[in-house]
Amino acid sequence: MDETVAEFFRRTILKIPITEMMAVLKAWDFLSENHLQTVNFRQRKESLVQDLVLLCEEKRASLNDAALLDIIYTQFHRHQKVWDVFQMSRRPGEDIDLFDMEQFKSSFKKILQRALKNVTVSFRDTEENAVWIRIAWGTQYRKPNQYKPVYVVYYSQTPYAFVASSLLKSNLPLLGQALTVASKHHQIVKMDLRSRYLDSLKAIVFKQYNQTFETHNSTTPLQERSLGLDINIVDSRIIHENRVEKERIQRVTQEIFGDYPQPRLEFAQYKLETKFKSDLNGGILAEREEPLRCLVKFSSPHLLEALKSLAPAGIADAPLSPLLTCIPNKGMNYFKIRDK
Amino acid sequence: MSVLRPLDKLPGLNTATILLVGTDDVLLQQLAGSMLKEDCASELKVHLAKSLPLPSDVNRPRIDLIVFVVNLHSQHSLRNVEESLHHVDSTFFLGKVSFLATGAGQESHCSVHRNTVVKLAHTYRSPLLFCDLEVEGFRTTMAQRLVRMLQICAGHVPGVSALNLLSLLRSTENPSLEDL
Repeated sequence: MDETVAEFFRRTILKIPITEMMAVLKAWDFLSENHLQTVNFRQRKESLVQDLVLLCEEKRASLNDAALLDIIYTQFHRHQKVWDVFQMSRRPGEDIDLFDMEQFKSSFKKILQRALKNVTVSFRDTEENAVWIRIAWGTQYRKPNQYKPVYVVYYSQTPYAFVASSLLKSNLPLLGQALTVASKHHQIVKMDLRSRYLDSLKAIVFKQYNQTFETHNSTTPLQERSLGLDINIVDSRIIHENRVEKERIQRVTQEIFGDYPQPRLEFAQYKLETKFKSDLNGGILAEREEPLRCLVKFSSPHLLEALKSLAPAGIADAPLSPLLTCIPNKGMNYFKIRDK
Repeated sequence: MSVLRPLDKLPGLNTATILLVGTDDVLLQQLAGSMLKEDCASELKVHLAKSLPLPSDVNRPRIDLIVFVVNLHSQHSLRNVEESLHHVDSTFFLGKVSFLATGAGQESHCSVHRNTVVKLAHTYRSPLLFCDLEVEGFRTTMAQRLVRMLQICAGHVPGVSALNLLSLLRSTENPSLEDL
């Protein structure tokens, strides 16, 4: 095996935590049960990795097998990457042929290889008609850099593709072109939606987040639920004076956010470019011709749940600003606000 | 405009009622729970309100002590308390009102300066207590203190009145308060 490939194997296997090692190797399915039994999984990690690499060499594993292992590792650790969302569109009135996954893959690969001689493209099919694509970029004169790949998750029955942000911005147009042409679309546009949580992005874009499940708990009267108490026994010596107002807030919050768990985002960013408006006549700021620029960024481990709990916690008035509540509906978390 | 007056109702038998006013509903509820866990000879009642004035159509007992809770992390809670203070009759401020500031432990999250609450309490001639209500140990201690203050304000402790308590508490205040 080539030195570089062996090193790539070593580094990829080294990344996998010991607790997940068996699961990942089984998903990879390159080393069979018998092979894995010959390895001692209880030794120190460095020795274990060495043994596994030797095993791969024996079985004549190729670069493609290594790339596949890398895809599987990333699938297990998808939260480590930040995903952008791209939307493709067809010309109006264009007929949609039946989608052929194999044709898509070979077309995609051909387009990239024609443009850039040195590129490694690997595919892995997953459920829901989705395909994970891994691309390692090189240049005309340099071999592909296996340690800075780009991952694309394309749902073939939809016009959406999710791309793990890569440092190599220059290759993005080529990637877009390859995706568009191979999937028989006309145009590709980057949406203003970005997050680490691929499943939440999916839920937002495919509008799957607002499904309430029928549970027997839904028959509890609004009043009890609206107090939002964790303790089961409500002490009758505690009297809430603003019961009506609290119920109103709970109702408004529920109307806007629903009963279901919110999709997970970490940021919402608002870029303001507006001219200064003031009640006073004149003033230095009001005379500026250029708009004022300002950036407001909200960040949280779970932004939408945090926004949902603002009014019930008494930190903000209900209803919240529509700029905050429109995020899942519009599928955006990066906004540009200009003067009308 | 309904204004809270301290002596406009007859007291209930052996009952002491405290009114907690603040925007942080969760913290108020936790404090109420801690207070009710205390052993107390009097029957305690805790009323929680986000702001004043209180809804007027409710039959409520006489309120013996009002505690205004300000969260130092939130300008909104300070403004809320400032506006609610207008709905309290001035005779309440003879020992039956107290201020509680929470959140001082997390300096980096504080958007209300400590001195602002100190000045507010000084303006209304009422004691100011500091307690991080999120920490259970501190909350329990504060609950004990409030229960004791409440009993005095309700007149259940012989020989000590709310006004006595006020002058006692004031002498332990920071002497440079007059300079503010």
